[in-house]
Amino acid sequence: MMDATNILKEAFEKQNGAGGSLAEYQQENWNMFSGLGLPAIKHEEWKYTRIRNVFTDKLVINNDNNLSQDALEKLILKGTENANRIVFINGRFLETLSTTTDSADVICIKPLEKAAGDEDANFVNINLGHSQRYHGDGINALNAAFANGGVYIRVNKGATLNNPIIIYHISNSSHGLRFSQPRILVNIQEAAQVELIETYINMGGGETLTNEVVEISAEKDAVLHYVKLQNEGEKTNYAGTTHIRQTGKCLTHAVTITLSGSIVRNNLNMVMEAEHGESHMYGLYLLKGNTLADNHTIVDNAMPHCFSNELYKGIMDDASTGVFNGKIFVRKDAQKTNAYQSNKNILVGENASANTKPQLEILADDVKCSHGCTIGKLDEDALFYLRARGISAENARSMLLHAFAIDIIEQIKNEEIKAYAEQLVAERLSFNI
Amino acid sequence: MLKINNLQASIEEKEILKGINLDIKPGEIHAIMGPNGSGKSTLASVLAGRSDYEVTGGTLEFMGKDLLELSPEDRAKEGLFLAFQYPVEIPGVSTTNFIKSAVNEKRKYLGLEPLDAAQFLRNMKEKMKLVEIDQSLLSRSLNEGFSGGEKKRNEIFQMAMLEPKLAILDETDSGLDIDALRIVANGVNQLRTKDNSFLVVTHYQRLLDYIVPDFVHVLYKGRIVRSGTKELAKELEVKGYDFIKAEVDQELA
Repeated sequence: MMDATNILKEAFEKQNGAGGSLAEYQQENWNMFSGLGLPAIKHEEWKYTRIRNVFTDKLVINNDNNLSQDALEKLILKGTENANRIVFINGRFLETLSTTTDSADVICIKPLEKAAGDEDANFVNINLGHSQRYHGDGINALNAAFANGGVYIRVNKGATLNNPIIIYHISNSSHGLRFSQPRILVNIQEAAQVELIETYINMGGGETLTNEVVEISAEKDAVLHYVKLQNEGEKTNYAGTTHIRQTGKCLTHAVTITLSGSIVRNNLNMVMEAEHGESHMYGLYLLKGNTLADNHTIVDNAMPHCFSNELYKGIMDDASTGVFNGKIFVRKDAQKTNAYQSNKNILVGENASANTKPQLEILADDVKCSHGCTIGKLDEDALFYLRARGISAENARSMLLHAFAIDIIEQIKNEEIKAYAEQLVAERLSFNI
Repeated sequence: MLKINNLQASIEEKEILKGINLDIKPGEIHAIMGPNGSGKSTLASVLAGRSDYEVTGGTLEFMGKDLLELSPEDRAKEGLFLAFQYPVEIPGVSTTNFIKSAVNEKRKYLGLEPLDAAQFLRNMKEKMKLVEIDQSLLSRSLNEGFSGGEKKRNEIFQMAMLEPKLAILDETDSGLDIDALRIVANGVNQLRTKDNSFLVVTHYQRLLDYIVPDFVHVLYKGRIVRSGTKELAKELEVKGYDFIKAEVDQELA
């Protein structure tokens, strides 16, 4: 099999040759990527996830980064017409199709390359690439080498947005294996309240490979509700990191829903850098066919009195595979940390599998941490109970799986997105009550 | 209504029921009593169609149909109801939605239109009174965090909603205080008609003071070893199971 090195190199040289405020940063990362290469399965963090194998000479990176307004309108999620809308085509931020519905006094959305050279440059310098402290691998560096196609979002001090921010990642796969590398940097200032939603669309019916990095920094008293909704279809490959820093005492809440894909890898980090921070991480992977979904999470408690709660649930049908790895670090000074983690899996398919691994590293001595994981079949007693009331085996199964999955969906704060996700889950599980 | 003929069943190769014969006619209440491990709950589970048990011999006929040919859900839709000894807690499934889909699946099976929301609600309110069950309980997840008494009342409430022809109460009295027992028994008595029947499985005579049986059978070592009227239950209450065990063991020896 030919590898993608030459294609990536050509694309890198072409875009970095144009210079710009991020050229130096990109060059450093390209050099890093060239040294590290892509993570192979012998890399402990990637042992289940053969993302490297997707990087073949079929990759399509160049051009075609356009979409008509009409085509876009058809893709907009129902009920979200008023949202602040950010559009990425093939991993490049498309400013012309993006719209800001909240006032310019409270929100600023602009190309990352621009932010790196204007009054936001300081924030960009500090935060761009912050996730590499946790993911120092080649795939993160590869994304950074193409950072100039990214977007910068700032929500100003004290602002509560009227509308959510919805990011549409659209991949045009009609010319081959579309490779997209979206980059997002978010600055949530003091006491600002934000709902940020990411969703992914495969246009063209071909294969896609997306390598994304989202870096968010939230200041004190900020509130972030973040949702990642992955339902791009079976021909999708994805590797992405969402890295959330709490630089002041604040509340950050993330829900990751994975409903389809070929290989899907999500890294989610909560970095608790201030006392009394609170973070929540919820995940649902509802898989069928040969999908592999791999969720790696990190909660890093650096300061005392932080609270984190984490619940990931998986339902694996057919020959699908669910992977969960949850790291919790409690540093020496992070006394009185409360950190909870739970991962529950139901295997429905004969050839389905689940791998779960909690990893706790606790260096402080006065903390409350708990973790638990389960992998099992559907509860036979519950199934019989429902059937003994006249509910068919099929409906009883739907009912139980739906009940298992739905409490993750209910964590989504935005009503329209929640309703949409509920509908997708109900359809998948043939649940109709 | 129910004809059990020489029923034999085992679990994991171990024979539990060794030839049960029982005939229940419309309007009758039968009680099955017996010491622990005699096969009472196995009989209830086999009738409801639990797949852990393998029926190795005999026949089961319900309303003229071969029960053994029917899935658990079809048995329920034909009018069989099992009130569980240990009702299962099912987080995330709302009690009301669950009962509504059970009622409507049954109606569909019988060729009836589904109940609309208003009809269902009216019906529910009426039946709630019967077992003195509170609305707040029904809006919670099925049996989740219910007390023992609440779970048993919920079973009887479901029974009231589903209007079975034959209801099997599997140790419904176990773990109930006397007040809860009275409420449950009262619900059962109000649901009794000349057409529907009950099979009451219990270890203690106490329940039978409230639900008065027409026939009492004693199950021991997988067989019905004595049958009689409610007087037999009274005798058991006084003498305990040991006297029957002794008699039967002697007969078998």
